[in-house]
Amino acid sequence: MKKRVLSVLLVMIFTASIFAFAGCTTSGGSADADVVKLGFIGPMTGDAAIYGSSAEEGAQLAVAEINEAGGIDGKNIELVAYDSKADQTEAINAYNRLRDQDGVVAVIGGTLSGETLAMKDIMVQDNMPVLSPTATAVEVTEDAPNVFRTCFLDDYQGQAAANFAATTLSAKTAALLIGTGNPYSEGVSEAFKTAFTAKGGTIAGSESYGTADKDFSAQLTKIKDMNPDVVFVPDYVQTVGPILQKAKEMGITAKFVGADGWDGVQEEYADAAQGNYFTNHYAADSPSETVQNFITAYKAEYNKVPNSFAALGYDAVCAMVAAITAAGSTESADIITALGATDHPGVTGTLKFDEEGNPKDKEVTIIKIDGGQLKFDSTVVNQ
Amino acid sequence: MNLFLQQLINGLNVGSIYALIAIGYTMVYGIIKLINFAHGEIMMFGAYFAFIAATSFQLPVWAVLLSSMIIMSIIGVTIEFIAYRPLRNAPRLSALITAIGVSLFLQNLALIIFKPDPKVMPKIFPETIYKLGEIDISSTTLITIGLSLFFMVLLDLYIRKTKQGRAMRAVSEDKDAAILMGINVNRTISLTFAVGSALGALGGVLFSVAYIQVYPTMGVMPGLKAFIAAVLGGIGIIPGAMLGGFIIGMVETMTKAYLSTTWADAIVFAILIIVLLFKPTGILGKNTREKV
Repeated sequence: MKKRVLSVLLVMIFTASIFAFAGCTTSGGSADADVVKLGFIGPMTGDAAIYGSSAEEGAQLAVAEINEAGGIDGKNIELVAYDSKADQTEAINAYNRLRDQDGVVAVIGGTLSGETLAMKDIMVQDNMPVLSPTATAVEVTEDAPNVFRTCFLDDYQGQAAANFAATTLSAKTAALLIGTGNPYSEGVSEAFKTAFTAKGGTIAGSESYGTADKDFSAQLTKIKDMNPDVVFVPDYVQTVGPILQKAKEMGITAKFVGADGWDGVQEEYADAAQGNYFTNHYAADSPSETVQNFITAYKAEYNKVPNSFAALGYDAVCAMVAAITAAGSTESADIITALGATDHPGVTGTLKFDEEGNPKDKEVTIIKIDGGQLKFDSTVVNQ
Repeated sequence: MNLFLQQLINGLNVGSIYALIAIGYTMVYGIIKLINFAHGEIMMFGAYFAFIAATSFQLPVWAVLLSSMIIMSIIGVTIEFIAYRPLRNAPRLSALITAIGVSLFLQNLALIIFKPDPKVMPKIFPETIYKLGEIDISSTTLITIGLSLFFMVLLDLYIRKTKQGRAMRAVSEDKDAAILMGINVNRTISLTFAVGSALGALGGVLFSVAYIQVYPTMGVMPGLKAFIAAVLGGIGIIPGAMLGGFIIGMVETMTKAYLSTTWADAIVFAILIIVLLFKPTGILGKNTREKV
């Protein structure tokens, strides 16, 4: 008798919880005629949280500024943001929700290359105007006339890193440490390898690790044995930090060079990252007025210095709004045409797109990590 | 040759951590024939408590280790009391499912309390590099291997020389006969969980110092590998767990060093399958037949 009551009670609780959680997903999906809705997708929790949340903060700042200045023809913009958790299925669900329930006219997203590639097919099918602030993998804009991006590409920054290493750092030998299964890490290192050898350098060796791996001692021991001038590690902060820490522990003296995923490594891994370099989209200590205005506004709102993802998120929204204003309508086709003709002076440089939807001739900033701060080192423009 | 020796030391480093965690699995299995799948989470919480002790309370190194071990012993005993004791006489499958449930519960509890973003473990051990001829050994590696060996020797002495140690061995061999001998079985089992959890917590702290990050799912992989180590060495046999831990650590490191990083995990898991197929009692296990 007691067992029966208990089991019936449990079944009732489980059934009730299904309905409770089903309620959570529905949102007010009615299209508001006086609000232009933009969607945002990026990881706000988990290992890659810093990228999504920073880009979103930059994006929201842009939305607030634009609304204060009158919005688009008097209409306010609203940014609807969803957490992709760096999971491709979550990202696709988020996109579907943005399209069906929120009725967004354009999407600022995804943030990571992996999730953007996962959503690409559906976005192309819907002809949704998409401007990714930070996805750097080459395939993101291939055969996708509606997909644009604010950031330079993986092969572009890999090339820049190689040029920097060969020229400024005078490196003759380089070792690669690649994250397998991560299109970002694999893409940038491939480009680095090609460009570095083209400049006359030798690749001393290439080691790899799995995306969930936390133990890098075996790979770093081999790299130490190779004794390269430079070690190239293009990956995200939460992987790079432990790698640099382990390398320092093992006494590896080579200079480490990274890519834009390193932005943020100076916060928790300042010691380990000291004296190393990475390619980035902008430098906070750049003298440009546009950059400094943005940094002042961002600091006032969030009480911290913006990283490049915040800058890219900001630029993406500004560029998208400029396109919608120029198009004079919220129809997909009109926005896409207007986006193609963008000529926008952004925080991360002047934004102009080529036929693929990638930015043309963008400058790559080299950042040096010094004393827990990111310092501007030099700029590289690939020939 | 030097490269090989260097990789050998890497293997010893990770192997000693696996050994510490494997002991927890093997002790619990030995005494109540339960594979405590929640042990990986005990390791994870041990790391979190050490993190809190080191950052929020700024305790010295020895206090960080001891506090983490003591807190986790208490939690381990509590888990046994709440989740496993009521199922002492239930079929083994029920207890196994409960163990998996406890594991998931603890992971999600950590997720809610600490959030999924990884925390950075501060450097509580001094960071120097010692040179042994051509080989570099970091102080962290030395401390990890040293502490692990110290506690393993301590445990071995405890099991062999003290009364409670003998009680644990007695209960492992034959629970009913132990009761007849006047041994307080409940207390002995709780003590086993306490000791196993303390060592698991130590493993967690050493792991987080070696690999810097503390996050809610950090116990899953090392827990699985430590379990494989325990089975490899002979589940229920404490020296077996130590041996298994070092072997798995070596296999993993050497595979990454000489074969391929992507194959390392696959080979470790394959070992489990091979052991279960050919010598399920493990390397140090004896083929005991039930005498009717």
